[in-house]
Amino acid sequence: MKPELESSHSLADPLANVSNNGHIGAPGLPVNLDGVDRAWSRQVRAVDSHGVPRTWHIMDNAPSLGGATPAGTLLCVHGNPTWSYVWRHVLKMAAAADPPWRAIAVDHLDMGFSERTGTVRRLGQRVADLGTLTDALELTGPIVTVGHDWGGVISLGWALGHRENLIGVVLTNTAVNQPDGRAIPPSMLFSQVAPARWLVTKGTPGFILSMLALARPALSPAVWKGYLAPYHGRGRRDAVREFVKDIPLKPSHPSWTALHDISENLGDLSDVPVLMMWGPRDPVFRDMHYRDLRSRLPHATVHRFERAGHLLPDEADVAGAVETWLSDLPRARANAAAANGAAGAGAPELVGDIQSAERDRPPLWHFLDERAEDDSPAIIEAPVGGGSGPARTVSWAELSRKTRQGAAGLAAMGVRRGDRVALLVPPGPDLTIAMCACIRMGAVIVVADAGLGVQGLHRAIRSANPQYLIGIDRALAAARALNWGGKAIAVGPGNKLKRAALGASVTLDDVIASGEGLPLPPSPGQDDELGVLFTSGSTGPAKGVVYTHRQIEASRDLILATYNVNASDRFVAAFAPFALLGPQLGATASVPNMDVTAPATLTAAALADAVAASDATQVFASPAALVNVARTAGALSDSQREALRGVRLLFSAGAPVPISLLKEMVALMPNATPHTPYGMTEALPVTDVTMDELVEAGPGNGVLVGRPVVGVEVAISACDSTGVASGELSDEPEITGEIVVRGPHVKAHYDQLWVTEHASSSRPYGWHRTGDVGHLDKDGRLWVEGRLAHVLSTPDGVLTPVGVEQRVQEVPQAVRAALVGVGPKGVQQAVAVVETEQGPRRGGGLATPELAEAVRKAAGVELAAVLSVGALPTDIRHNSKIDRTRVAGWAERVLAGRRGGRL
Amino acid sequence: MRVLVTGASGMYGGAVARKLVSRGDQVRAFQRRPAGLEGVEEVLGSVTDAEAVRKAAEGADAVIHMAAKVTFSGPYSEFAEVNIEGVRNVLDAVAAAGVPRLVHVSSPSVAHQGDSLVGAGAGPADPDRARGHYSRSKAAGELMALAADGPDLSVVVLRPHLMWGPGDTQLIGRIVDRARSGRLALVGPATALIDTTYVDNAVDATVAALDRCELAHGEALVISNGEPRPVAELFARACAAAGVPPARMHVPFRLAWGGGAVVEAAWSLLGRDGDPPITRFLAEQLATAHWFDQRRTRTLLDWQPQVSLDEGFERLTASYAAVPHA
Repeated sequence: MKPELESSHSLADPLANVSNNGHIGAPGLPVNLDGVDRAWSRQVRAVDSHGVPRTWHIMDNAPSLGGATPAGTLLCVHGNPTWSYVWRHVLKMAAAADPPWRAIAVDHLDMGFSERTGTVRRLGQRVADLGTLTDALELTGPIVTVGHDWGGVISLGWALGHRENLIGVVLTNTAVNQPDGRAIPPSMLFSQVAPARWLVTKGTPGFILSMLALARPALSPAVWKGYLAPYHGRGRRDAVREFVKDIPLKPSHPSWTALHDISENLGDLSDVPVLMMWGPRDPVFRDMHYRDLRSRLPHATVHRFERAGHLLPDEADVAGAVETWLSDLPRARANAAAANGAAGAGAPELVGDIQSAERDRPPLWHFLDERAEDDSPAIIEAPVGGGSGPARTVSWAELSRKTRQGAAGLAAMGVRRGDRVALLVPPGPDLTIAMCACIRMGAVIVVADAGLGVQGLHRAIRSANPQYLIGIDRALAAARALNWGGKAIAVGPGNKLKRAALGASVTLDDVIASGEGLPLPPSPGQDDELGVLFTSGSTGPAKGVVYTHRQIEASRDLILATYNVNASDRFVAAFAPFALLGPQLGATASVPNMDVTAPATLTAAALADAVAASDATQVFASPAALVNVARTAGALSDSQREALRGVRLLFSAGAPVPISLLKEMVALMPNATPHTPYGMTEALPVTDVTMDELVEAGPGNGVLVGRPVVGVEVAISACDSTGVASGELSDEPEITGEIVVRGPHVKAHYDQLWVTEHASSSRPYGWHRTGDVGHLDKDGRLWVEGRLAHVLSTPDGVLTPVGVEQRVQEVPQAVRAALVGVGPKGVQQAVAVVETEQGPRRGGGLATPELAEAVRKAAGVELAAVLSVGALPTDIRHNSKIDRTRVAGWAERVLAGRRGGRL
Repeated sequence: MRVLVTGASGMYGGAVARKLVSRGDQVRAFQRRPAGLEGVEEVLGSVTDAEAVRKAAEGADAVIHMAAKVTFSGPYSEFAEVNIEGVRNVLDAVAAAGVPRLVHVSSPSVAHQGDSLVGAGAGPADPDRARGHYSRSKAAGELMALAADGPDLSVVVLRPHLMWGPGDTQLIGRIVDRARSGRLALVGPATALIDTTYVDNAVDATVAALDRCELAHGEALVISNGEPRPVAELFARACAAAGVPPARMHVPFRLAWGGGAVVEAAWSLLGRDGDPPITRFLAEQLATAHWFDQRRTRTLLDWQPQVSLDEGFERLTASYAAVPHA
């Protein structure tokens, strides 16, 4: 049957009601819809899947292409209760992209401005309807489907039936299956009760309104109007109800088979690049749907917008992500084809120790193997609650044995190489053992420390999506309550019954015991993933950073070489991530008695006790921890003071360390050389500098972090006047720009953050964009001037915060300072926000005239205002990285004469 | 160049006239009271007198129109007479005399609707939504002036923001008088950033606008020092310059605003002359940020403020020291 095609570009006159079985046709699109070019709107007359002629409304960006030949077509499919309006940003982006893409967003029959048919259309029919419509549109050339909500399912159904032209699939918050035994989301319970369903979906626009109201950031009134435009009046909302009714939650549902056909056949798309974007704050499509979809499309490129929710195309830059992904699509297709070819030739065998024979670096368990018979301590944990009582120690021999048995035990309980295992255990022997066992057998560790805060931890675990959780009871209870998924393994002493309630039937000790006598599973290869570590999240939600074994091995070797660490060294790790490093470095690690989630709880006495417990030669502590050590040094006993004399190296990193603080530390540890290395979760270390060099260099524009360590390269990408780092990579001195790093230890990629990863590695191959700004001096030393996101864009050009902050901090009353910009980019005014001892606990206001004058004198740049606060907001992990974005927002409110609110 | 300056009796107008004379222009000043300006031909009259204005404009190469009714009280009709009809008279006179250049001095408040202006552009004048009689009448006058811009007449509109300097009675004078009698209060926390204009900078910008009329015509340009500071700080520095104690009271914004409404009503009921101590307009001005994107102004006029805020306050201090209790 030849489809009947009829299109009209002008909808100025409300279309004469297309009469069909007496049902009402589509009225015209309103004249001024926010974000919509009216030229996109047209109607298409075609037969539906039952052969009945229908009128569809579509938005087609062809008129915006200006005659250019598009690279292909994006077929955009909306869900319920939206309409093609949800794709307006994608249509605009596609027309402007280079090369441009044609984008067609369709309104389903009975939805948007398409015909109201008066029929009930189920999933299978909707997929077929979309097919007759695309036949009528006579689309040729490559096609990428783009779907949201139930439009995701329909677009996948269409994709499976149109493989010949399909070159890519884009999905946003959707699901193809209600995972077995899982309850219906509470938000959708109404869908099961007919009167409630009627009331919510048809009788009132409640369903649409609640979807719009949930969007964050809040939608503008113009966008509300846009979404509601086609759904005024009950008669126009029949399909909103029918769509909800058509969600097959039970096998008896008439659409169950159609959904099943789609979900079970997604494996057919394994050679098609898929971009999956997700907003986790979605009350309908939840973690279980995310996991289900991930498991069905394991090859998908994933980006999670952690702060976004259901209406993702409006809550996040979906269009921008699609644009980037399309530009990468040719490469992705080539890779997908190659991977599929390899899979066809048979999966690579697990070859175990053969791989280790070809290693270019010793494996991470090298020292554990080497010291398998050594009864000297590997880990010393200070007794909880003070200096009294015996420390808990684990010898190298015990750690080595438990690592091997744990590895075997994990394999025996079903953990496979590549499975993700979240470690929700405070630093100490248990964490080290669990970590070593996972690494030994190739499980991928997910290390999300409590330093992220509860919200941050929740986000991190949900995005990393681990299959197993090893945790203390409190963490497992949180996992249960917050529905993190994964099989639980308990750690530490605890009640069996209570643990059963937490879903943890085994403990780490059980796992280790079960591995006794079992052969060690094959070792992971150097390019296998080792783990997911999380950034501290001082510039947005914490990002998961994926490392391979090779990269962590390189990191270890850089540290060993730079600091000449050897088997006789013992160090105190007062910083959670570093508590893990000991066994990998072959050094004894001692964990002091402190709350690792709050570095500032480290007292001088606790540090001295930890040093004494292991005769430690090295100390690693964050600047915030050292501040408290200095503050509490008066309480040290003579023997504690004596213990501190044994320290040879002092490391402090994570934030700038004032020289005055380092000098106070040298007074306590006179034999220690203080180092303030620079690095980041994505690459550690990058540079190193000693206190003597800092003193010699004196103050400058930023924090001196020294020269790159041997084997690591640093370059600068200059900032333009608006603060965008777009310059070519350069090692010219005195140019301020983004710091870019290359080395064998740079992370593999960000986890579930494809867009972020693409941006961070957008530089020539192997270079990592750090997001920090700084410059190199003529001696090749690096100075860090702040975060790229915190650069001020003033009428006189860009201004970086750190140099000014350092000078302001020299003012006696100032504890800490943040330099922020208020006002629009290009005309921002510089404002110093100073933390003082006397400031109010929350919030703050104008500094006293005396303080303001002193700060202005010290600053060296013109300041529009000086504000004082009791406490500047910092990240939880380091308690030292100032959240300047938040400070800027607060200052902006105060200086506009509004209520500042909580800082 | 022969230049007619209207409203040269004030601090700003007088300074502009003197500046033009000093560089060799022929200046005719037109105002109601003698201004005592050396080297200036003074013509007395009101801009509300069409005939007088027409005469004054004869033979001029350019007009700088600065005369305006600048107070916080009085019926709208009085403002309209000077700030709208006055502009009409000037435009008629300029047309009749064939004067090719007009610099019209307006106010940033013509585009201000009571909310904060944070690094804002000039924005169009809005007689319907501007706050208070002064701003509304000035908005209408400005629109009229810009509408007259055309092939025969280049019109540049300048909006100096909160001008001050030695001898200023409008801003600094009021603050200092209040402070001296212990009646100076700050509205709200007084943290809003406010940009001001030191008079010499406004004078330079006005002369620059005169010289670059053909380049900058058809636009309204905000003039300021580009150094916004919190209100409380500006008040404190003004008081310090005059050697009077700073404000000790903070009046909550709502109270100030409500009080302003009451006072305005009372003032008009009582038929009092002069300015009431507080008006709603003033309360808003003191509680919201006002600072501007100066990039376009500076590019178009090729002008930079020569006197910084610090330098300005030094000069103010010197002037108070020279004339105690001025």
